Amino acid sequence: MRREDLVCATVAVLAEAETVLPSWVEEAIREAVERERNPIARSQLSAILENIRIAAEGGVPLCQDTGLPVFCLEIGRDLSIPPFLEEAIAEGVRRATEEIPLRPNAVDPLTRKNSGDNTGPGMPDIIIDLVPGDCLRITAFPKGAGSENGSFLAMLNPADDPLDFVAEEVAKRAGRACAPVFVGVGIGGTFDLAARLAKRALLHMPGSSDLDMALLSEINRIGTGPMGLGGDTTALAVRIETALCHTASLPVAVNLQCWANRSSSATVRGDGWSID
Amino acid sequence: MEHRLRTPISQDEVAALRAGDLVWISGTVYTARDRVHALLATGEELPVDLVGAVIYHCGPLIRDATVLSAGPTTSGRVGRFTREVVDRGVRLIVGKGGISEDAEALRGRATYLAYPGGCGALAARHLLVRRLHLPDLGMAEGLWELEAEGWGPMIVAIDSFGGDLYREAKRSEMRSE
Repeated sequence: MRREDLVCATVAVLAEAETVLPSWVEEAIREAVERERNPIARSQLSAILENIRIAAEGGVPLCQDTGLPVFCLEIGRDLSIPPFLEEAIAEGVRRATEEIPLRPNAVDPLTRKNSGDNTGPGMPDIIIDLVPGDCLRITAFPKGAGSENGSFLAMLNPADDPLDFVAEEVAKRAGRACAPVFVGVGIGGTFDLAARLAKRALLHMPGSSDLDMALLSEINRIGTGPMGLGGDTTALAVRIETALCHTASLPVAVNLQCWANRSSSATVRGDGWSID
Repeated sequence: MEHRLRTPISQDEVAALRAGDLVWISGTVYTARDRVHALLATGEELPVDLVGAVIYHCGPLIRDATVLSAGPTTSGRVGRFTREVVDRGVRLIVGKGGISEDAEALRGRATYLAYPGGCGALAARHLLVRRLHLPDLGMAEGLWELEAEGWGPMIVAIDSFGGDLYREAKRSEMRSE
């Protein structure tokens, strides 16, 4: 694998994710406009569709909050991992920040000093999965602050109902998280595994199990609506991922994603790369 | 009802706005988010006149003095400074997500308008860059002076009489339970 290929693939997936939504996401919003009964809610959803069109046509970021650089790497087990792996992705982020351009969002948490190029300690955030094969698949999943700030984790009592808890909390928070939202739910595991399950649930969207669909309709029944202004469309999809937990614990984590569920993937091989 | 307003905004214009109305804005708009509000809260003099002004909870994406994407940021983070903002003469606040109980500070004086969150590319079509005040705060946190032309529609989400669409949505939640 060539370093320059990985840098270019990183820039390309970020550029695509920031300007063009995955077609299933846009389709989910279109279907929601058809179903929505509240006229103010319909106006918000229509503005969102208009925004999606303008961003794609002009090649400009959908949202000024171009997010923190989060990537999922699927690494083939037969691949020999190149020494430049993380460094080349960081270089791609710096290049993308300059070229697309992206808003410099990454600051020191204590001094609040901006690094200026969206990279620095801990950034980009790279989630690694091992898969069969000898390729590397990189997915850009830029994460804006509105929906990230609405995310939450709780160590419930095993006697509590985790789904009721999630529905109520999401309904309370979704308005500030740029609803309609996508809801990634992690139930079980340890404190940090629950959070990772919730993030992976977003990456594996949309959910389709009976439990996913039941939680989705419960969240939408509450009526928070797009941007919290009221309506039928609070969430567009839910996905629940679970892991075993301690018999004394019930960790529950929810990672919210705003309607701009941005992601794009590319595959990097020994002899080049291509957008998926 | 629909309202096409030009800055500076008068007290009478504020009094004509009711929750659920639609508004289009032309004229000067100032961006202000966490850092500018922190300055306001400490009583700092700002380099702009806020009497009759429109402030926009926004950290825009700007390149070469062109607005590329400029949707609203979450108002809830700066809502607690609403009284200080309105005391300085601001009559319209544009943001997303509402300001909860801090909305009381608007009563009789100012109105909160909701612009659809995430619609940065759409908003950019109606906004020109005039200048950047407080450049040391950076692109997202700086105080941008923007020129709006027919920018909207925004929804009057909280009016100056206590009407509040967010609270109504919450009330209907309780009824449905």
